[in-house]
Amino acid sequence: MTDVAEIFHELNGCKVRVLRGGKGAPVLFLHGARGATSWTPFMHKLAERYDLIVPEHPGYGGSDTPEWLDNVGDLAYFYLDLIKSLGLTDVLVIGNSLGGWIATEIAVRNTAAIKSLVLIAPAGIYVQGVQRGDIFLWNHAQTTRNLFHDQSIAERLLATEPTESEIDLMLKNNLMTAKLTWAPRLYNPDLCKWMHRIDVPTQIIWGDDDKLIPVAYADAFQKLIPGSRMQVVKNCGHLPHIEKADETLAVIAEFEGEAQ
Amino acid sequence: MKFHMMHLMPYADLDPSYSEKYPSSWLTLPNSYYDPKKGAKLYNRYIDELVYADTCGFDGVCVNEHHSNAYGLMPIPGVIAGALARATKKATIAVLGRALPLLNNPLTVAEEYAMLDNITEGRLIAGFVRGIGAEYHAWSSNPANSHERFHEAHDMIVRAWAETEPFAFYGKHYQFNYVNVWPRVYQQPRPKIWIPSQGSTETIQWAADASRRYTYLQTFSPLAALRKYMTMYREQADKNGWTAGPEHMGWSCPVYVAETDEQARAEAKPHIEFMFNKLLRMTPEMLLPPGYTSVASIKGMLLAKGNVTAAGKAEKTIDDLIASGMFLCGSPATVREQITTMQKELGFGVFISLMQFGSLPHELTMTNIRTFADDVIPHIRPLGETVTETAEA
Repeated sequence: MTDVAEIFHELNGCKVRVLRGGKGAPVLFLHGARGATSWTPFMHKLAERYDLIVPEHPGYGGSDTPEWLDNVGDLAYFYLDLIKSLGLTDVLVIGNSLGGWIATEIAVRNTAAIKSLVLIAPAGIYVQGVQRGDIFLWNHAQTTRNLFHDQSIAERLLATEPTESEIDLMLKNNLMTAKLTWAPRLYNPDLCKWMHRIDVPTQIIWGDDDKLIPVAYADAFQKLIPGSRMQVVKNCGHLPHIEKADETLAVIAEFEGEAQ
Repeated sequence: MKFHMMHLMPYADLDPSYSEKYPSSWLTLPNSYYDPKKGAKLYNRYIDELVYADTCGFDGVCVNEHHSNAYGLMPIPGVIAGALARATKKATIAVLGRALPLLNNPLTVAEEYAMLDNITEGRLIAGFVRGIGAEYHAWSSNPANSHERFHEAHDMIVRAWAETEPFAFYGKHYQFNYVNVWPRVYQQPRPKIWIPSQGSTETIQWAADASRRYTYLQTFSPLAALRKYMTMYREQADKNGWTAGPEHMGWSCPVYVAETDEQARAEAKPHIEFMFNKLLRMTPEMLLPPGYTSVASIKGMLLAKGNVTAAGKAEKTIDDLIASGMFLCGSPATVREQITTMQKELGFGVFISLMQFGSLPHELTMTNIRTFADDVIPHIRPLGETVTETAEA
């Protein structure tokens, strides 16, 4: 068992809630639109090998919503400052969905403190002719179902009504996700122009049954990031680190072994 | 009291069976459901109905803006207002309103309204709204920035009407090196500004500011909401050190008048139910995108429903709509009495009636307009013309 600490870190006038556990090389995990309130089995296992740092983005969950936060680029600069402020070097940055977009924006700006990058079904670019899902038009039940390949997971999640504090978190997260991703929807038109700047080993992981950002996006990401590797996880939706945690961990372990 | 006829210009020929295949008549309903041959006839018919209201003695006519839907076919309401500017002679023309946050260049509204105000020689009433939630999906405008963009666009437009020399405007969302609106507005210092809303504390606080004193219109709401928000407006004005008069408050409501209550109900029933159950059919995600309303009000709705995952709601009947006060329907005496009761309680001086709704056909609409103009308006026109003492009742 790894101990997990809840830490509040104040930076740029914004107090962020950080979960941190485990020992080893530093890993920064950047969550998707649903936030990162709890220590998931995936995180638990990662923390057996790494010093795992899981902040809630400014504007999400238990973190403040700062005045300066308008777009994903702002979050990229914030995290570059956070990495510096925590004194981290040689960081493995893992990001899912919105978090993968933030990780990509960080890496096109500055990879001095970054050792490698794992992008799990990242947002951030647009591929013509590939229809994505609409998280803002799906209702709560549809979103839950569309995020997973295995519908029994969705049914289990939907079986319990959210509590009042869970509704609070959901609404806060939804509001910031709209602010950051509504238009252009889930991407930055300028990002693809500069992804060739990413000069650290990069692993892309995608579920073959991703209904939000279809797996066709994986090819586009791989083409845009020089030397990047790509692994498709079978029978898996938009959240491989939740739906197929062991397989995702195995891909990361193999990538990290080779990326040393 | 001033009486205005509002039109939504719905696609009255919408195949009602659409709802077996699609969740809403907004946003994602394919426009193959729209037949241009029928639509063209509807547009001209609807303009005739508004012009008829002018000749019958209504004080004003009103149009508004909605996008990608069958509920209201005026995505660009200035087109209709332009036609009305020439076809009407006496009535004011209220555009209720343009949805400012949707626009990447709100100066188009400053210009459009200024043109209308000139052509009508000052008969324009300028409406500003945020639009309903579905418009943010339809026009890819970020609902999380809705309030900021509304305020910024409004500030720029009003200043553009006031200034007589070019000025630079640098906001967070809008930046212009030269703001210099030609033509100037005809009405000086500016046209009347009306703010329609279904009830929003933020909007009321803003509209009732002493520097604005904009007329607040409560639209398509149950009587309970009408009471709550008009009282809120009046109290807010008091707090801000001024007294809201009848001209500062309006009630907007669908109306149907016929010889008897029974006849009115029988004639209106299919058409008002079509409006509420088919044309206003919308998912909560369309209606309330994140940021469009405050987190607190969405949370209240979710908790009130008690089930975040619940889908769908019961269809409304004409009886429900009449009972809640969302629809005024009956003999002239019945309708006069309802408006009088509410006016004496709340003190508003503007009444906006939707005389065509849903699939209500042309002949019934024309009779409705004529009957309201002849048998309702003259009897209750004096209401609100002098300061009433019943506001505290």
